[in-house]
Amino acid sequence: MDLTLKIWRQKNAASKGKFVTYKISDISPNSSFLEMMDILNESLVLCGEDPVAFDHDCREGICGACSMYINGHPHGPDKAITTCQLHMRRFKDGETIVIEPWRARPFPVLKDLIVDRTAFDKIIQAGGYVSVNTGGIPDANSIPIPKVKADLSMDAAACIGCGACVAACKNASAMLFVAAKVSQFALLPQGRVEASERVQAMVAEMDNLGFGNCTNTGACEAECPKEISISNIARMNREFLSAKLGAQKPSGRTGSDA
Amino acid sequence: MAELNSKIPKGQLAEKWTNYKDNIALVNPANKRRLEVIVVGTGLAGASAAASLAEMGFKVKNYCYQDSPRRAHSIAAQGGINAAKNYQNDGDSVYRLFYDTIKGGDYRAREANVYRLAEVSNAIIDQCVAQGVPFAREYGGLLDNRSFGGAQVSRTFYARGQTGQQLLLGAYSALSRQVKKGNVELFTRHEMLDVVLVEGRARGIIVRNMVTGEIERHAAHAVVLATGGYGNVFFLSTNAMGSNTTAIWKAFRRGAVFGNPCFTQIHPTCIPVHGDFQSKLTLMSESLRNDGRIWVPKQKEDAEKIRKGTLLPTQIKEEDRDYYLERRYPAFGNLVPRDVASRAAKERCDAGFGVGETGLAVYLDFSDAINRLGKSTIEARYGNLFQMYEKIVDENPYKTPMMIYPAVHYTMGGLWVDYELMTTIPGLFAIGEANFSDHGANRLGASALMQGLADGYFVLPYTIQNYLADQISVPKFSNDLPEFKLTEEEAVNRLKKLMNVRGKNTVDSFHKKLGHIMWEYVGMGRNAEGLKKAITEIRALREEFWKDVKIPGEMNEINPELEKASRVADFLELGELMARDALHRDESCGGHFREEFQTTEGEALRNDQEFMYAAAWEFTGDTQEPKLNKEVLDYEFVEVKQRNYK
Ligand SMILES: Cc1cc2nc3c(=O)[nH]c(=O)nc-3n(C[C@H](O)[C@H](O)[C@H](O)COP(=O)(O)OP(=O)(O)OC[C@H]3O[C@@H](n4cnc5c(N)ncnc54)[C@H](O)[C@@H]3O)c2cc1C
Ligand code: FES
Repeated sequence: MDLTLKIWRQKNAASKGKFVTYKISDISPNSSFLEMMDILNESLVLCGEDPVAFDHDCREGICGACSMYINGHPHGPDKAITTCQLHMRRFKDGETIVIEPWRARPFPVLKDLIVDRTAFDKIIQAGGYVSVNTGGIPDANSIPIPKVKADLSMDAAACIGCGACVAACKNASAMLFVAAKVSQFALLPQGRVEASERVQAMVAEMDNLGFGNCTNTGACEAECPKEISISNIARMNREFLSAKLGAQKPSGRTGSDA
Repeated sequence: MAELNSKIPKGQLAEKWTNYKDNIALVNPANKRRLEVIVVGTGLAGASAAASLAEMGFKVKNYCYQDSPRRAHSIAAQGGINAAKNYQNDGDSVYRLFYDTIKGGDYRAREANVYRLAEVSNAIIDQCVAQGVPFAREYGGLLDNRSFGGAQVSRTFYARGQTGQQLLLGAYSALSRQVKKGNVELFTRHEMLDVVLVEGRARGIIVRNMVTGEIERHAAHAVVLATGGYGNVFFLSTNAMGSNTTAIWKAFRRGAVFGNPCFTQIHPTCIPVHGDFQSKLTLMSESLRNDGRIWVPKQKEDAEKIRKGTLLPTQIKEEDRDYYLERRYPAFGNLVPRDVASRAAKERCDAGFGVGETGLAVYLDFSDAINRLGKSTIEARYGNLFQMYEKIVDENPYKTPMMIYPAVHYTMGGLWVDYELMTTIPGLFAIGEANFSDHGANRLGASALMQGLADGYFVLPYTIQNYLADQISVPKFSNDLPEFKLTEEEAVNRLKKLMNVRGKNTVDSFHKKLGHIMWEYVGMGRNAEGLKKAITEIRALREEFWKDVKIPGEMNEINPELEKASRVADFLELGELMARDALHRDESCGGHFREEFQTTEGEALRNDQEFMYAAAWEFTGDTQEPKLNKEVLDYEFVEVKQRNYK
């Protein structure tokens, strides 16, 4: 396949970026999108040019590192996959492909297609955990959990933290990301204990980091490579409301975490 | 000469760990706060260790090369994690898990360590459930299990096909809680380049800030390496693109001995190679062998037609299929250990029965299971794996059998450690895949996650105290000590040297060549002649690399080519050591198959008289050959047998 690539190039966080056009030819339709980028980069290096920097690691859709905004969609045109799972057979010979980084204020560009997503780590640090220390835990089967609930929790827990939801949202809202974590725990007895503090702390941190509000456009769900359901946002809103109303007073927190 | 003292506690097997814990020195809470520990790596081993140490009160600094600790390679583990819970009432026990692991490793692991691993396995599951890890459950609300290779019980816990992800997110959440509390300082996008020794003890590391390019010196009372495996020495592997050997290789060069470098696991079920642009290989979890049956055509003519595309696998009648694992190993069938399954696939393909365009593939067929259990059950069990397969191969595995072929997956070798997980450098510990581990010459499926979390949650946090207890009077280290400056200078000079080669060929082109040599001569089948050739070829390639590699850009910016070059330079040294180790071990055991040493039936033939030891290689200088030390393995509690899965 022969393709024209319009790629966002930006030297570093401080400099201004611009689109640069590259021609690339003889790409196998069986190669992955990132392998196509590898081939481009090999040729750039051989010409003494700076290759295009992008995040990637597992190349199988689970680490959440890859993050390209391709032809107007986070992770490209296909549903339910990450950039690294996208294959060139999805494109037409001769097509022009536009490749950009995630664009959202809380995710500043570091270089070319690499952005800084530490804001997501900060949200988790604010409360995305169950406060248990290592050791001294009762047997894993001491609390049975209905399969349906465990499965729903797993659906939410499948989030890979890539940030496509934020990139897809015109408000750069992180609601789907936060709601997925809040839901995973809220659905399990182990997580219920701190559900109220957790949702408040995580939402406060999200606001604090400059993520926008949710206006229910549903773009996040549509672009999520793991198909995390927007119903998690509804669940989080309920959790948040009942926490605010004090329906669930903080309880059961261990002393060390108070 | 390095002194190998494995520090195995005295007493009965089942009492060793308890005795050890009862008698070690501990650090009191006030002193813990004054002690700093560096943990490199945020995978299962690193994140669990960093979180647990911080909970205990130590001050921890934690590093990873990714942008977030949650992206460590452990995230990609699919199938599950073992534990001896015996929830299925199928006769499992700590002893049986221990025994299976020792046997699976072909009697090349240390009994005491393996027993401890089996012993703490149950606490791992308890811990993860308490953290909110959503393991698969049965309708009654209790935890579900599946079977993995090399075992006749169901002891594998799982979270769909994303077990590693869920376990890692559990450890990451525990870590995040400690970051919030100020007990862990995180350094993401930081790559460790060297370890710093002060008066013979590990006291810090040199890292490169991968965003600014700055080289930084970090000091602590002890250093823990949890940097994962080195399978990427083969270029193509199932490891993440950034997985590397740099941290443990630099430790080796500074005096830590390297255990069994040639013990590599080739995983039988990976998506076959499809082109030379390929950048990595994708695993199809071993759990698929619970329900998938492996076969190739019985007739060569059929195989040929399939390769040409004139015959479809679904057109081959039942009686014309050779379910070769079921045929050769009736007792374990499709669930033989990985090394056995991989070699059997290679044997069939080499004999001309392989399928796929290249002939280097066999079928993994789910049609029986779909008929028996229904498509929806199979989808619930493996849906994400099937989707992953379809995305890559563009074929629907519900309708046509999957094609699979063995690929490099895991390295049993790593830094040699004693019972306390300390290397031969005092104060330098290695945990998870980075150490030479509890898996001997072959790791059983679902046991790496178990080992990583055992090391990080339940073993290291104790054993490191036995070291730190006599460090309490040592004041906080200054990173201005001459040792830090010198090591930093060496790291900077090496990067400068790389940048200044200004050759004509890309880093990847060298890495691919290295991978080719490794796969050809140090891969699934090895022989003395090939290994000697590998050593010569790797040396030549290394020289060429340092004369001809081309790295664009600058040192003081984000520079992925420089990152890769620095890693490949280390792989180019490690590869030679692996070949040397494989050459010296005149026997076949586990994943190490020397073609000269096999039974008449083509099974691995061990030589216990001469090789019942862990090979621990010691660096003696760039121009000299490494020195071999031996840790002789004493089997006090199990009877050593020829492995038999028939
Ligand atoms: C595709 C796949 C599936 C698997 N499935 C299973 C399974 O089902 N069950 C099972 O038991 N095992 C499985 N394994 C094996 C298992 O996942 C690994 O052995 C295990 O996760 C390794 O964990 P770790 O913590 O030792 O290292 P890793 O998870 O590899 O973590 C290494 C860490 O070190 C950091 N690091 C590395 N080098 C440097 C450096 N130079 N400087 C700074 N930081 C560095 C990285 O950033 C990372 O944080 C699988 C492996 C693969 C490849
Ligand atoms: S590289 Fe890991 S999800 Fe794409």
